[in-house]
Amino acid sequence: MNAPAGRLDVEPLLRVTDLSKWYGHVLGCRDVSFELRPGEVLGVVGESGSGKTTLLNCISGKLEPSSGLVEFDTYRFGLKNVYSLSEPDRRRMQREEWGFVHQNPRDGLRMRVSGGANVAEPLMYLGQRHYGKMRQATIDWLERVELDTRRIDDKPRNFSGGMQQRIQVARNLIHGPRLVFMDEPTGGLDVSVQARLLDLLRELVRDLNLAVIIVTHDMAVARLMADRLIVMKGGHVVETGLTDQVLDDPQHPYSQLLVSSVLQI
Amino acid sequence: MNPSNAPERYYNYAYLDEQTKRMIRRSILKALAIPGYQVPFGSREMPVPYGWGTGGIQLTAAIIGPEDVYKCIDQGADDTTNAVSIRRFFAKVADVETTEDTGQATIIQSRHRIPEKPLKANQVMIFQVPQPEPLRGLEPRETETRAMHAYAEYGLQYVSLYESVSAYGRIATGAGYPVMIEERYLMSPSPIPKFDNPKLNDSEAVLLFGAGREKRIYAVPPHTTVRSLDFDDYPFEVQTWEQSCALCGSEDSYLDEVVLDDAGQKMFVCSDSHHCAERREAGHAGPMAGHALDQSKEPAQ
Repeated sequence: MNAPAGRLDVEPLLRVTDLSKWYGHVLGCRDVSFELRPGEVLGVVGESGSGKTTLLNCISGKLEPSSGLVEFDTYRFGLKNVYSLSEPDRRRMQREEWGFVHQNPRDGLRMRVSGGANVAEPLMYLGQRHYGKMRQATIDWLERVELDTRRIDDKPRNFSGGMQQRIQVARNLIHGPRLVFMDEPTGGLDVSVQARLLDLLRELVRDLNLAVIIVTHDMAVARLMADRLIVMKGGHVVETGLTDQVLDDPQHPYSQLLVSSVLQI
Repeated sequence: MNPSNAPERYYNYAYLDEQTKRMIRRSILKALAIPGYQVPFGSREMPVPYGWGTGGIQLTAAIIGPEDVYKCIDQGADDTTNAVSIRRFFAKVADVETTEDTGQATIIQSRHRIPEKPLKANQVMIFQVPQPEPLRGLEPRETETRAMHAYAEYGLQYVSLYESVSAYGRIATGAGYPVMIEERYLMSPSPIPKFDNPKLNDSEAVLLFGAGREKRIYAVPPHTTVRSLDFDDYPFEVQTWEQSCALCGSEDSYLDEVVLDDAGQKMFVCSDSHHCAERREAGHAGPMAGHALDQSKEPAQ
């Protein structure tokens, strides 16, 4: 495990306090609290319908929670409740300081423009107006995510699912975010592609000292990526702790069930 | 013209009823007050289909008066079907004088071109706009593009320029080239060629844009800064031609390529028909002067 990641003497990058979300009478998630420090990878695991994605959407500023606070250490305003920022400020912060890797690359990419333009788009949002520099940065990032740079001008639909996901990863890291949200980043991929993508993600996260919140139902992904785990069931957090601790010695009956139901070969 | 019904003539003048014209005039004032901002308006059904200039016709109907002199061009030419019928329409419903002379006209309605002759302060240029939203091709959600305009988030527009440079090695967009108004609002200049973009900047005349189907009006008041978007290393450029106009010899006007026969014969002529005719009358002649296409000169209807 990376030593400086998640050190307690560093100010938290993200602080979530008593976050709840109700869809009318239906519970999305309830009373979730945690802190995330720079360079830390937090895994959120649980079965489908357990509120993982609701939680992620609430934290990432897409879905206003019913109650509770989501505070992020912004460049411009310091530690600030994400939902108290004005809309332009929040959108700007999301663009400049965050990344969001969707499960389905179609949600995270513009399918009508080339892969290269998809990767370069965040730079244009940041005000880069020099084509040559953007082109170079794009090529560098395609190399970094191990894509063939000769295919830079192909449309995303001409790439395989795993390659599309790599484009999405490059697009979400090129602008140097500090916090990246990942919603089942390896969800739709076959196992060998999944393993290579995970390997790549792990390397990038360590190199860039990124803070990551990764939502997954796959224990193997959680084991490989996450420093800490949150186990959710029915909208509640049932167990938290270091990944190895939770997976090797689960305390809550549901965590025990979850760990024991991983298929062994 | 019947003097006995003179008072009635100016009630519901110019096809639209008085309330509708008032509504459109209010939208025009708002558009002029916020240069480049797309003002929604209650676009009416017009006696032509969407796409034939309903936005431009409604703008003209709202601002035209009996003293105006009206010119209508399509692709720069005064004698194309659409231009002729719209011009006849206003001659009939608004009793105005029509002209082909750019200098004489007080209202010029256009699709695709700005006349070559520089516009003057007493003129109003009206553009027919098919798609007022420059970001629509990249972002299909109206809620999202509205937010982008509201917060001046225009990074996305550069994606289209990036695509163009990576595909063609230059910014190949030829018409509808996006512009920034006073460094605030991103605007589609309607499908005029980028050759005409520099004429938008610091224009003497009022420029009004109407999109009938999309129900939007926007405007560029006189002496407004209009900048065409570009990259630092790929600056904005207008089209150039190796040829000069085959009929009038003009070297600095926008040229159309005209195919003459099946054997590959072609000629380049000014797209602005009045500009070309005026030059020929003044004695200028191009390499194909006297060609059959040079002869016909129909008077404005």
